[in-house]
Amino acid sequence: MTAIGLRDLTIGYGGDPVVHGVTLDIAEGESFALVGESGSGKSTVLKAIAGLAPDWSGAITVLGQARGHRPDRNFARVCQMVFQDPYGSLHPRKTVDDTLAEPLAIHGIGEHADRVVDMLAAVGLDRRFRFRFPHQLSGGQRQRVAIARALMLEPKVLLLDEPTSALDVSVQAEILNLLKRLRRERNLTYLMVTHNLHVVAFMCERLAVMRHGRIVETADVDRLRQGTFDNAYSRELYAASGGAGAPIAAAG
Amino acid sequence: MTEHLLELENLRVSFPTRDGPAEVVSGVSLTLGRERLGIVGESGSGKSLTGRAILRLVRPPGKMSVERLVFAGQDLMALGERGMRAIRGARISMVMQDPKFSLNPVMTVGEQIAEALRVHGARLSRQAMRRRVVSMLEQVRINDPERVAGFYPHEVSGGMGQRIMIAMMLIPEPDLLIADEPTSALDVSVQAQVLDLIDDLIARNGMGLILISHDLELVARYCDRIIVMNAGRIVEECPADRLGEATHPYTRGLIDAVPRMNETREELPVLDRSAWSGT
Repeated sequence: MTAIGLRDLTIGYGGDPVVHGVTLDIAEGESFALVGESGSGKSTVLKAIAGLAPDWSGAITVLGQARGHRPDRNFARVCQMVFQDPYGSLHPRKTVDDTLAEPLAIHGIGEHADRVVDMLAAVGLDRRFRFRFPHQLSGGQRQRVAIARALMLEPKVLLLDEPTSALDVSVQAEILNLLKRLRRERNLTYLMVTHNLHVVAFMCERLAVMRHGRIVETADVDRLRQGTFDNAYSRELYAASGGAGAPIAAAG
Repeated sequence: MTEHLLELENLRVSFPTRDGPAEVVSGVSLTLGRERLGIVGESGSGKSLTGRAILRLVRPPGKMSVERLVFAGQDLMALGERGMRAIRGARISMVMQDPKFSLNPVMTVGEQIAEALRVHGARLSRQAMRRRVVSMLEQVRINDPERVAGFYPHEVSGGMGQRIMIAMMLIPEPDLLIADEPTSALDVSVQAQVLDLIDDLIARNGMGLILISHDLELVARYCDRIIVMNAGRIVEECPADRLGEATHPYTRGLIDAVPRMNETREELPVLDRSAWSGT
């Protein structure tokens, strides 16, 4: 079954469109990456799916459910988003417990305490963090909370917008491992936006390269690992990211 | 070469906390010739503070102490604020991470670059100044420099903004450039351009460079020598091309934690933080 289907999706922010005619099918359980440089429109695609960029035309379906242009409560239960900046995406005056319980309250789901404690364990946070405020957490811990928040309603699809680019490499490794484990355990589908091709090689099965609001190439991750893209721009991006040469790792 | 451009011995930086002063840089020593030195480490390792301390720019309530801080034969600790101002920018320059917050939003690009030159004592006619600015913009490979000189910072892209910053930092012809994450706010393709540019200008002017970054691979590519910092200390020092043979477990941990382009590992190794950071 198709987890995310985009048909001829054109998105704007009130003026000229910034994404043009994007068509994509992402299978259930797949991990798919959108890569490209700033301004290529990759984050805008995620925002449109999440309902944060309502000025679009075309069609968006998630697990067979068509997405409308308005906020949609049912949609929130199947599809959630994790944002780039764990410093900006958590409410500074709410404890971890408040943040995680809020989606439950909105959707009228009971057993707050149990679910919060279970979710903290699932994302690898000790229960002593439950009543802390964001400023009492490190960047990696905050991103764990943001992932936990996205998973509270047990969605099947996660939209990940540069989930590790604000983190140190060692913390990035922890969060990438966590995301990989959660996908396996919960059979999640990921659509991830990133500019880091190394992360794609570790996390994803397929990727699409975007430029100037259009997809220029869709490829299996093997093509990325071997550096055999068809499109000239994809190859350029690959070369700028250091290509296959990981001189340090290779020498060690 | 016998004389070092910079000598730093036993640098310590601490911040007061409720439980007494917390040392963030604990006894860093290094010497630098006219070469490219990389300082790598994660957030909180003290790498940026080390860079700032060289310019004596540790903000209060932070306190720095150092046994020896000598730049081109001159004892920087003996200088007053006024003396330091003559060093900063003119002889040691610093490029910061984000051009968006480092450029003055209400001044044109050309005026800002000219100002950088003027405050360091250049007395040039209006026309000569204009020529210097335009030629500097040309050097940082900005197309149509005459036009760009009239732009305000919000009218230029991130990569261009960073190149303008570099133009500003290099126009007084300093001997040492400290670049603190100069490209982390930029796209990969622009990153390479900006670093190539810095590299080129360093080589041409025979300057020293300290490149501070969290990105091992990048530092290995652009530096001659690398220092790895963790929790305020230098844990490893090696030539850049020997980084693959690094032995300290923290350095190895950092190298292994980065996903590779031809990645096949199911899981990435994770650092055991408790072993080194003592927290």
